[in-house]
Amino acid sequence: MTTPLLTATALHKRYGETDALAGADLTVTAGEVLAIMGPSGSGKSTLLHCIAGIVTPDSGRIEYDGVDMTAMSDSRRSALRRTEFGFVFQFGQLVPELTCLENVALPLRMNGVARKAAEQRAADWLAKLEVSDVARKRPGQVSGGQGQRVAVARALVAEPRLLFADEPTGALDSLNGEAVMRHLTSAAAELGTAVVLVTHEARVAAYSHREIVVRDGRTRTVVAAAS
Amino acid sequence: MAIGQTFLGLLEAKPRHGYDLKRAYDERFGADRPLHYGQVYATLSRLLKNGLVEVDGVEPGEGPERKRYAITEAGITDVAGWLATPEKPEPYLQNTLYAKVVLALLTGRSAAEVLDTQRAEHLRFMRDLTHRKTHGDLADQLICDFALFHLEADLRWLELTAARLDQLRAEVTP
Ligand SMILES: Nc1ncnc2c1ncn2[C@@H]1O[C@H](COP(=O)(O)OP(=O)(O)OP(=O)(O)O)[C@@H](O)[C@H]1O
Ligand SMILES: [Mg+2]
Repeated sequence: MTTPLLTATALHKRYGETDALAGADLTVTAGEVLAIMGPSGSGKSTLLHCIAGIVTPDSGRIEYDGVDMTAMSDSRRSALRRTEFGFVFQFGQLVPELTCLENVALPLRMNGVARKAAEQRAADWLAKLEVSDVARKRPGQVSGGQGQRVAVARALVAEPRLLFADEPTGALDSLNGEAVMRHLTSAAAELGTAVVLVTHEARVAAYSHREIVVRDGRTRTVVAAAS
Repeated sequence: MAIGQTFLGLLEAKPRHGYDLKRAYDERFGADRPLHYGQVYATLSRLLKNGLVEVDGVEPGEGPERKRYAITEAGITDVAGWLATPEKPEPYLQNTLYAKVVLALLTGRSAAEVLDTQRAEHLRFMRDLTHRKTHGDLADQLICDFALFHLEADLRWLELTAARLDQLRAEVTP
């Protein structure tokens, strides 16, 4: 029996007249890759932001490692994001003024690791993702595919237990998208990091272990018939 | 294309004569290949023999086209089972899937569920291919990618159709 790492129940989130979430449930098990699929505007990103502690739901419960996240103080929640979670978004969101190496080292620096040690580990991660050559470049000087690999390195460098990825390949062509997904899933597997992956692309979702579908702010789980 | 089950779905919506059944089938599903009368009556006699349909009225005169057919309880169970079972993922499924969606709407079942079940089955197969691809050589990658792109196209169709179900329901149901 596997214990859930994160459990969300009956999440509701309203923006003005829009019910972005209207009763969403989800469970993430340690080490698994879970895909969240569904049409545009169905609430995938809102769901991801809620369970990642970026957005507070209007109602519902989110338990991370047995602790109710919605009841945490803001500072406790941001500490959790920094130490336990990693993030990759559609557009890398790297800091433009820093080199790629410094970007990857940043999460370690924020967790108090000394500069030299942090940059050494960052360099190892760039090598693992096969983008060592961009270490000294700034994000504006690298391709979209290289930038996303740097973003994956930055998300995993602090060895989070849970990685949140929202359309991580959304801006890439097929070849680069495949490379990012291969690297992301194999590195996460090595660390035992669970991944919550938002995507509307089936080929990307096929890198997951299972999927849930969001429609009109509600989650549906369909279990494929065993063959 | 599963003619037998398609007939059953059409008969569940309402009892029909053989010629009426052929016309309904051709109109909705037979665009490029209308059925022969031989196929129609062979299929109906098989369904009769298996107890999935029954004759619920005969008009005076001669010939098989006088009989009116109705679905039996066993037939309804058969349709339900067929709709709930996903098709084996392979390219060019669209005729069967389309027929399932239309028949689910005609018989008041959940067409969204038909689509979701199929999507789950497609993804399960795509996962297997992706696993094979990431552990294989370049030849494996290319072969798996070919299948993956085709299956992805099916999935996009499933998604688009799911988004158009209300519209389709309004068009196919009287
Ligand atoms: N900050 C916000 N303010 C107002 N409305 C919002 C906000 N965020 C999301 N919404 C609305 O909530 C609904 C769900 O949005 P969300 O971004 O979660 O969808 P999504 O499934 O991620 O879509 P996409 O695939 O296009 O990224 C949409 O109708 C959206 O317009
Ligand atoms: Mg989104």
